[in-house]
Amino acid sequence: MKVRVVTFPGSNCDKDVGSVLESEFGAKVDYTWYKESFSDTPDLVVLPGGFSFGDYLRCGAMAKFSNAMESVVKYANQGGKVLGVCNGFQILTESGLLPGALLHNRTLKYICKDVDLIPVSENKIAKGIKGTLSIPIAHGEGAYFADANTLERLEKNGQVVFRYKQNPNGSLNDIAGICNEAGNVLGMMPHPERAINPYTGKMDGKQILEVLLKK
Amino acid sequence: MFVAKINVTLKESVLDPQGQTVLRTLHDQGKNLISDLRVGKYIEMKIDASSQADAEISAKEICESLLVNQVIETYRLVVEKV
Repeated sequence: MKVRVVTFPGSNCDKDVGSVLESEFGAKVDYTWYKESFSDTPDLVVLPGGFSFGDYLRCGAMAKFSNAMESVVKYANQGGKVLGVCNGFQILTESGLLPGALLHNRTLKYICKDVDLIPVSENKIAKGIKGTLSIPIAHGEGAYFADANTLERLEKNGQVVFRYKQNPNGSLNDIAGICNEAGNVLGMMPHPERAINPYTGKMDGKQILEVLLKK
Repeated sequence: MFVAKINVTLKESVLDPQGQTVLRTLHDQGKNLISDLRVGKYIEMKIDASSQADAEISAKEICESLLVNQVIETYRLVVEKV
């Protein structure tokens, strides 16, 4: 099982997600620096959390012009599986792989805590996940926004993957994660890689990564 | 040489919590004549172009590809000769 984790200047969860994919799932992880391209087809590409390009201008805005993202877009358009976590989700919306945008949390506070996530049963990815999951969030700009038509389309197509049980940030429709129409690109604000082994006190993130790594 | 002056704000339909917080502070100070306040950002860039029209085309392209996220933001662009 091969995974690529893309590292941008300012990414800080690249090693976290890479190391759990290695230790918990036995994946072979390659790290791709944002200036590099790739043309192989790993089982999963991960855009990790962090503050790409310092989050200047807008979160995730500058990452889309990198060589690595050009490769990610090509790979995703060929059906390759992509997971964007937190800043990775912001990069996915900025690069157009997912619709909508992430706004400042309504409270304007940076929120760092565990939240309850409800997998949306109509969604292809989420239907493989059982029960409500407790997963940490850590973000200042995680309020999902899309115009009314886009939201309606997301709901109708079953593209909402996770909802917050108690909305922490003002996301429309309590959205915590969405996927593209084809179901191969998933973006989510909570960090599944931080809830993966008993040492972190939580295991619920494992189900999410398991579903994505399934062939 | 031209200078592009760009004002970026959140669209009217998008909640601006930063603007609302500043507005609330003004109201707390008794400045109740202020009824709406939105916080945006100002970007200025110099452009080496052979004509005003070329400078405007370049500035617009840069706004729409990077400086402005048109899902949530709107912008005003003014290009002047310097």
